[in-house]
Amino acid sequence: MSTLEIKDLHVSVATEDGAKEILNGVDHTIRAGETHAIMGPNGSGKSTLAYAIAGHPKYEITSGEVNLDGEDVLAMTVDERARAGLFLAMQYPVEVPGVSTSNFLRAAATAVRGEAPKLRTWVKEVKSAMSDLDIDPDFAERNVNEGFSGGEKKRHEVLQLALLKPKIAVLDETDSGLDVDALRVVSEGVNRYREGGETGVLLITHYTRILQHITPDVVHVFAGGRIVESGGPELADELEKSGYVRFTGSAVDAAVAGAAV
Amino acid sequence: MTVPNTAPEVAGLAPELAGAKKGQGETPIASASERFTSYDVEAFEVPGGREENWRFTPMRRLRGLHDGTARFDGTAAIEVSAAGSADAGATGVPRGVSVETVARDDARIGAGGVPADRVAAAAWSAFREATLVTFDGTPEPVTITVTGPGEGTTAVGHLQLRTTPNTSATVVVEYRGSGALADNVEVVLADGSRLTLVVTGEWADDAVHVGAQHMSIGRDAVLRGTSVSLGGDVVRISPTVKYRGPGGDAELAGLGFADAGQHLEQRLLVDHAVPNCTSNVIYKNALQSVKGLTAHTVWIGDVLIRAAAENTRTFEYNRNLVLTEHARADSVPNLEIETGEIAGAGHASATGRFDDEQLFYLQSRGIPEDVARRLVVRGFFGEILNRVTLPELRERLESAIEAELAVTGA
Repeated sequence: MSTLEIKDLHVSVATEDGAKEILNGVDHTIRAGETHAIMGPNGSGKSTLAYAIAGHPKYEITSGEVNLDGEDVLAMTVDERARAGLFLAMQYPVEVPGVSTSNFLRAAATAVRGEAPKLRTWVKEVKSAMSDLDIDPDFAERNVNEGFSGGEKKRHEVLQLALLKPKIAVLDETDSGLDVDALRVVSEGVNRYREGGETGVLLITHYTRILQHITPDVVHVFAGGRIVESGGPELADELEKSGYVRFTGSAVDAAVAGAAV
Repeated sequence: MTVPNTAPEVAGLAPELAGAKKGQGETPIASASERFTSYDVEAFEVPGGREENWRFTPMRRLRGLHDGTARFDGTAAIEVSAAGSADAGATGVPRGVSVETVARDDARIGAGGVPADRVAAAAWSAFREATLVTFDGTPEPVTITVTGPGEGTTAVGHLQLRTTPNTSATVVVEYRGSGALADNVEVVLADGSRLTLVVTGEWADDAVHVGAQHMSIGRDAVLRGTSVSLGGDVVRISPTVKYRGPGGDAELAGLGFADAGQHLEQRLLVDHAVPNCTSNVIYKNALQSVKGLTAHTVWIGDVLIRAAAENTRTFEYNRNLVLTEHARADSVPNLEIETGEIAGAGHASATGRFDDEQLFYLQSRGIPEDVARRLVVRGFFGEILNRVTLPELRERLESAIEAELAVTGA
């Protein structure tokens, strides 16, 4: 059973006016079999947390620890983190011209599994995972994310989740930009991945909408670069009613949260 | 070998770039159909670098090939052997292939086309003898190796490849070595013949190659060309395709991998002047460099469909992949259509960057950085390399490309 432990994590980014601290002491532990929702207003640092865990070069860790089953994640390169069992479903998946989706998926599976998957079973595996997510088989021959719609990109992220089977998956606003049907398909995909109970999901979202499809065990409110309150699913219900105003002192986000319901 | 000079004294293309010649007191030509050609070097003005067809080329690095200062003091050896057997000697030419060394007044010389720039004309004016390779029947594949004259020397070359009617042949032309070479390659396809032509440029770092390829496609003849440009300091190749009868079909595919400081230029013209012919041009370049040096690729794709060329089908396509900073890819597609009665015509050009975000994305899926870069480049070039049907050659080129990636240590 895997555990991802984040201890007093401070992260800053370089700006024109010097380094700006975005994460301000994040403490968080997630175990396999658990689903945690991290909710918070825009600009609270939710996505920074996701990218810092994945190792994006833009973010500088100024102090703190991230450990996966006791291993120091921060000492690992981006690809080592993925091979150790971390996965980040991105809010804005990147287009990679010249690389077909099928070659990309196979290269990723080869890297994460430590050996190239047997071609015959691999083709079947990919086809079946694509069909689960209502992805047109033609996508395999298209370049990675190139010309994909927003919804198609998100499905493609969840497809990778299904094939790479990480220990801990961070889903960064996977629900944003999805219509009702796409949200259902994507949520079902995440739920299939959770089914075995051997994986942890950290669901980062602005809206409560996706939590109607993917039920979290714990809900955290993220504001000002750290977790300010944690609770059960009922905390999400409260956020839906009154927004983030209690945590930020701003009425704007309450209106946003209300409009999104 | 001089022919009367009746056309305007400017060899240029791409009318939308007419402004490039401003300040020289010359009027840009309006169309590729007015392109000036001559066998005589003196019929061309010495280009200064601002002319339309020279404006991308680093003239100072041409070793005087363009301005008459190159002494042509070296020799570029041309050897013909059976493909796949590196040790095949002079007798190793397959049945159905004849190799001749002919004088410049041989009646067959010039059947492919006429030089359209001063370097090609300089090479044509200076060569003493040409290598002429004729393919008859269905011979085994042949490799022709052209070796540069050696560092610090310059040479001219002349090679003609010709088929007899209904022949089907495969030939690989490999450029290697050092020095500067200006040459003309004529490809003359007889009616109903088919030639698969692979041209590779695996030059040493110092090499300069300015080459013209004159392709003349007979009735119902098929040309399947693939060019692979890897080495050299400056390599500028100008293929021109013309059709002698209806039913001709030419496909020109190519790839270039420009490293730090390299200039790779491809200038294509497909001239459709007869009906019912097909052309398909697909070129891809990748570029990588380091600070202080620039990698530069240039692709010019001119397609001309003259009034008589009814029912023409043509497509041209250029893709450039910029792998690092300090790289520049120029791409100028140009399609001129003088008849409404065509089967199809199109062109596409795009230049994309492999950047840190793409690298992060691939790495975040567990793919190590070197594998990620290889994946991108291999995927990008696969479409071109897959056309090389000789497995040993394809593997060698694939490894050469991977070795290029390793050079920058990216």
